[in-house]
Amino acid sequence: MKPSRAGWLFAAPALLAIAVFFVVPVVAALVMSATDFDIYALADLRNTRFVGLGNYFQLLQTPLFWRALLNTLFFVVVGVPLSIAVSLGTALLLHSRLARFTGFFRTALFAPVVTTLAAVAVVWIFLLHARYGTLNYALSWLGLRPVDWLGDPRWAMPAIVLLSVWKNFGYNMIILLAGLQAIPAELYEAAQLDGAGPGAAFRHVTVPALAPMLLMVSILTMAGHFQIFAEPYVMTQGGPAERTVTVLYLMYENGFKWWSLGSASAVAFVLFLFMLGTSLLQGRLAGRAGWSS
Amino acid sequence: MSPEPARRRAASSEPSWSRRDFLRAAATATVGLAAASACTARGDDRVLRFWAMGREGEVATQLLGAFERENPGLRVRVEQLPWSAAHEKLLTAFAGDATPDLAQMGNTWLPELVALGALEPLDASVRGSREVDVADYDPGILDTNVIDERRYGVPWYVDTRLLFYRRDLLAQAGYDAPPRDWDEWVRMLVAVKQRVGPERYALLLPLNEYEPMVALWLQQGEPLLRDGGRFGNFRSPGFARTLRFYLSMYERHLAPPVAHNEIANLWNEFARGFFTFYVSGPWQLGEFERRLPPELQSYWTTAPLPGPTGPGASIAGGSSLAIFRRSPRKVAAWKLVEFFSRPAVQQQFYRLTGNLPARRSAWADPGLAQDPRAQAFRDQLERVRPVPKVPEWERIATELRLMMEKVVRGDIPAADAPAELDARADRILEKRRWMLDRRAHG
Repeated sequence: MKPSRAGWLFAAPALLAIAVFFVVPVVAALVMSATDFDIYALADLRNTRFVGLGNYFQLLQTPLFWRALLNTLFFVVVGVPLSIAVSLGTALLLHSRLARFTGFFRTALFAPVVTTLAAVAVVWIFLLHARYGTLNYALSWLGLRPVDWLGDPRWAMPAIVLLSVWKNFGYNMIILLAGLQAIPAELYEAAQLDGAGPGAAFRHVTVPALAPMLLMVSILTMAGHFQIFAEPYVMTQGGPAERTVTVLYLMYENGFKWWSLGSASAVAFVLFLFMLGTSLLQGRLAGRAGWSS
Repeated sequence: MSPEPARRRAASSEPSWSRRDFLRAAATATVGLAAASACTARGDDRVLRFWAMGREGEVATQLLGAFERENPGLRVRVEQLPWSAAHEKLLTAFAGDATPDLAQMGNTWLPELVALGALEPLDASVRGSREVDVADYDPGILDTNVIDERRYGVPWYVDTRLLFYRRDLLAQAGYDAPPRDWDEWVRMLVAVKQRVGPERYALLLPLNEYEPMVALWLQQGEPLLRDGGRFGNFRSPGFARTLRFYLSMYERHLAPPVAHNEIANLWNEFARGFFTFYVSGPWQLGEFERRLPPELQSYWTTAPLPGPTGPGASIAGGSSLAIFRRSPRKVAAWKLVEFFSRPAVQQQFYRLTGNLPARRSAWADPGLAQDPRAQAFRDQLERVRPVPKVPEWERIATELRLMMEKVVRGDIPAADAPAELDARADRILEKRRWMLDRRAHG
């Protein structure tokens, strides 16, 4: 038996699983996105019409799709940097030699990641309440006017970003903390000998050493953020005035609420193209900056 | 199908078993066994599979002892679904050929399952029944089960929307009886608003609910969709009146422009007097009793929904019992439907769940007959109308809700709303029109 054939044979079970659980459904979804598959088609397949790119054209003409795309992009553009900054900040604090009770804080800061979103949402709805919310109470101390976080179309998405950052920063924090701990202390000592202060050491030692990890974290966080669904689903159900309808939420509504699986599949492929594009771009930019290892 | 052929074949070819023979026999046997076990699950004539939602499922189990005693040899397996997943489960069960024998079904879901061809028409069973007496049901409720002149369900319990209000706050504003028509209602709302000031409101009309507005539109006596459910009817005079009335609530600051998640706790706000009137359904009877403080219990009550000129119509809701077309046990399933339709069983069901009985005679139950809050529902049920019986209705109603939210928030001028809503409804109904045309020609 040729070695290459043996290799294929060993890989076969995994490849088969990928084919059955990934390739087949994706191809089926692609075919479905070219039909008007819906509740009537479920009753009788002869009620399906082939529409070609019709679902895609229809989508591009739907204002709600653009609204959803805009909302999702806002969430990505604001949420990803903020989330990574908070993760990095807390990781640095935990890593600092001055930090006390790091074990406790590490657990406490990681806790939101492992709590159930549905439970967290109930608490946050109260925190963000326009009249009794803690957040507005804090704002009033600063002399600011109360914000109707979940009711004002301008503030609903920022509120979702806030919740999401709080809920998810712990995960990246742990990864970055591991990265920080892997940086040899000698590098900092050498930097100190060369006369670098804490700021310069951060810029010239920490950031370059952490770069591959930051790239990975940012790609994963970006991919996750593009697929935001649960937060608006539990907090606002897409409201107010459709300002928290995201692309995935739109897909969910089309597919599972209205059973328009054809157009829902089209949404999924558009989202896929967007994510593929940004991930490639990210990799390209990182490569140019010499970040990827 | 049975595993017999496989076994015979295996026995006869015993002396010269090739590997291929063995594999084939094994494969046939496995398939045969699987089919046989599926047959015991589906083919056992003595076990009825009944799907019920949430609390209703729990309670149905408690009531079934009597049914099983009356029908020796017949057993019922109640499978409880959470309400949030029930709709999806019904559709996937249909797609996967795993529908139960009978199920509880929201009255507004029937059109969708009828479009799938999943339900068995019950006209003959109802006509031949000594237990189910259609004269003992509210016509508006019965109507929800009739699609294309065929009956697909028997109402189990009923639900509609009407006014919940604070009697004390209304009295302080100078009125000691609930409103009967729109003008009177508006006068009361204005009076309440003047008393409670800018921080509180007269009416809660959440922006994430379309039911109150649909109820007001049903009062106009015109169809909500045109041409047998082929087109939207938003550019009608009735919708224009409803729209004006509805929007005036927000324009005059009688209702706060909020959704439910901004209210956070409805009962606390009602107790605080944040609003005096609220349009809701019978499930709130129990909730208000449980959640409002004791000192407030004598101050809240219910009243039928006021109409443009006197008591108005409202939405015919609730749940029915429906039998699936693929069920091999339709006769037994119908027996269970009849059992649940008995007035005495309906009363028992009411006492356990608080769900209002569909049988009018079951309302003789002292708990209902002597409760003025429930009696307002009794009165309203005489004037209920079904929403359009097309599978697309909920989606169209959701478009209405989203549009109203945008109009109230000032994103879209009210004058543009009817035409835009019609455009959206017509687009949603496109497939339905194609289906109907094809059926007419084929």
